Amino acid sequence: MFVAPDFQQLRARIAASGPEAVERALAKGRLELDDLAALLSPAAESSLAVMAQRSAQLTRQRFGNVIQLYAPLYLSSFCTNRCAYCGFSAGNAMPRRVLSFEEAEAEAMILHDRGFSHILLVSGEAPAKVGVEYLETVALRLRDKFAAIAIEVQPLETDEYARLFAAGITSVAVYQETYDRTVYDQVHLAGKKRDFDYRLATPERAATAGLREVGIGALLGLSDWRAEGLAMGHHLSYLRKAFWRTGLTVSFPRIRPAKGEFAPLMPVSERDLTQLIFALRLFDPDLGLYLSTREEARYRDGMLGLGPTRYSAGSCTVPGGYGDTAATGAQFEIGDQRSLDEVSEAIRAKGLDPVRKDWDAVFQQQDQGRRRAA
Amino acid sequence: MLTIAGKTFRSRLFTGTGKFSSPEVMQEALLASGSEMVTVALRRVDLANPADDIMRVLDRDHFFFLPNTAGARNAAEAVRLAKLAQASGGGNWVKLEVTPDPRTLLPDPVETLIATEELVKAGFVVLPYMNADPILALRLQDAGAAAVMPLGSPIGTNQGVLTRFQVAIIIEQARVPVVVDAGIGAPSHAAEAMEMGADAVLVNTAIAVAGDPVRMAQAFAKAVEAGREAYEAGLGARRTEAEASSPQGGLDFLRE
Amino acid sequence: MITILCNGESRRLEREMSVEELLASLGLNPETVVVELDGRILSRPDYAVTKLTEGATLELIRFVGGG
Repeated sequence: MFVAPDFQQLRARIAASGPEAVERALAKGRLELDDLAALLSPAAESSLAVMAQRSAQLTRQRFGNVIQLYAPLYLSSFCTNRCAYCGFSAGNAMPRRVLSFEEAEAEAMILHDRGFSHILLVSGEAPAKVGVEYLETVALRLRDKFAAIAIEVQPLETDEYARLFAAGITSVAVYQETYDRTVYDQVHLAGKKRDFDYRLATPERAATAGLREVGIGALLGLSDWRAEGLAMGHHLSYLRKAFWRTGLTVSFPRIRPAKGEFAPLMPVSERDLTQLIFALRLFDPDLGLYLSTREEARYRDGMLGLGPTRYSAGSCTVPGGYGDTAATGAQFEIGDQRSLDEVSEAIRAKGLDPVRKDWDAVFQQQDQGRRRAA
Repeated sequence: MLTIAGKTFRSRLFTGTGKFSSPEVMQEALLASGSEMVTVALRRVDLANPADDIMRVLDRDHFFFLPNTAGARNAAEAVRLAKLAQASGGGNWVKLEVTPDPRTLLPDPVETLIATEELVKAGFVVLPYMNADPILALRLQDAGAAAVMPLGSPIGTNQGVLTRFQVAIIIEQARVPVVVDAGIGAPSHAAEAMEMGADAVLVNTAIAVAGDPVRMAQAFAKAVEAGREAYEAGLGARRTEAEASSPQGGLDFLRE
Repeated sequence: MITILCNGESRRLEREMSVEELLASLGLNPETVVVELDGRILSRPDYAVTKLTEGATLELIRFVGGG
């Protein structure tokens, strides 16, 4: 099982990295965790352009001239957790809603008709409203229409993930939010999410269940982003070794103004975010890297081809918001309001191909091989 | 220090005991190599020369015996040989070799995986000899192999690490030690494998058939040490093309 | 007089004997040889008490040089 390294030690390790360590890391073919620490350090800031060049080169080599497009589908805004930073937090007075199966399917069909074949099902943590059975039913209804169906919902048990995999769910994203236990305890005020270790072991449970892909991430703005990056490096190294069949992805949600008016505890600038993305790309060239519509169009366009491989487009974070554009109760505000077609055009303008599909969930079945028990 | 299945080795050079001109030359060469683990094979006693026991010259307190299953053409034969080796006092370690093609002696991946599973269940410490296939290496580790032994090039060819690209992936993904076996024909080949991050190399033919096996054993010992030292010191990466030291532009879009 | 098959060769023995006696008659140190009798591996303490009977198939095996 993955054990999170001590956060303060990670910070110290990064702070101890000088220009020579950065130089060494940039000269290497295969990076180790010490090299990642160097690339995340302030000493690497002056090398951002060099990192950009290498990141772009590795990304092109591994993924080709391609950006994969996806859209989130918010199923429910009910949540039993109280998280200081989240618009869906149980304490926030807001209109709450859970989509019926018919409504979920109707929303999905809107995305389907727009040309999406990768969707991400999102909900707050309220198992009584959105439990495994609910997700299973939605997946079974959607699996024939989409190439990939990811979920970003509450952490589940291994057998529950196996059930969802069988129903057509292809990937699971569970963000630790922060690898800094102290801050984690401060911002997770109530609910099941208070259990840091259970959440930390979730990617392993999903991988054990056979999911094709597992995503991790830190909510940027809660603690020191550099140490979050190094902690993710540790987490990724562990997952790569233990679950070599599983694809790995990282998301970079940066705190934006939300209903709760939460101000970032440690603000992360665009430049910081950029350094983090490049450092992780150099550390693990095979990572799928997400850049969502939380970020502005200018930034997303600038980053095209430099590292991120997956972009959302035309996103709405209100359950039912694709069909009813007047619906309110968003999880966070969108930074890039452009439609799928507009984003696709921006991608093409950079000489890249906007791809809407790379797998068919309808093909997937339980592996008959002997899977390693984690 | 290298640790395999809880046993530590100071020397990262493992040696084979085949093809030497005499037991005495073998003994002297193996001592000169500094090697602590030697591979041995199992054969029928030659009843015409019953006293011809070359193993009498090897001190078992000095050399840890790693019996191999050389000659096995499928999993069942390999398992039988492993059990015979154990009964011979070979302990529960085995270098698993399954080579159905007598021409190339290349290992059979399917039978090797099956035999690894069976032997691990039977309590053996299994070190499978394998082609340099990264997915096979992962599957063997999943099955409980204590180390993996990818080949550098076909056995006895002295061609060096022709599988370099694949071996690099195996090393990068490994959860157990990686021992490059077969094809190591010169000390420079051994150093190359060690520089890549291999945990050890296994050398037999190149020492056994050298003009002076004792001096060649010493040369390999130095090469393995040098290669390891270089790996630990951190080699600079080789580049296929020059890279501008100060690239221009590309990040003008950043605001904050 | 009995006949056994030892390492693939047919051998005639003057009388029934134990495995240990056979090894001694062949000049083999039992510590360095493993014996497979009719496909089953014998443990060393059994060498003295295991009698060879008519038609027994024996494999006498030991470590040799190998890579």
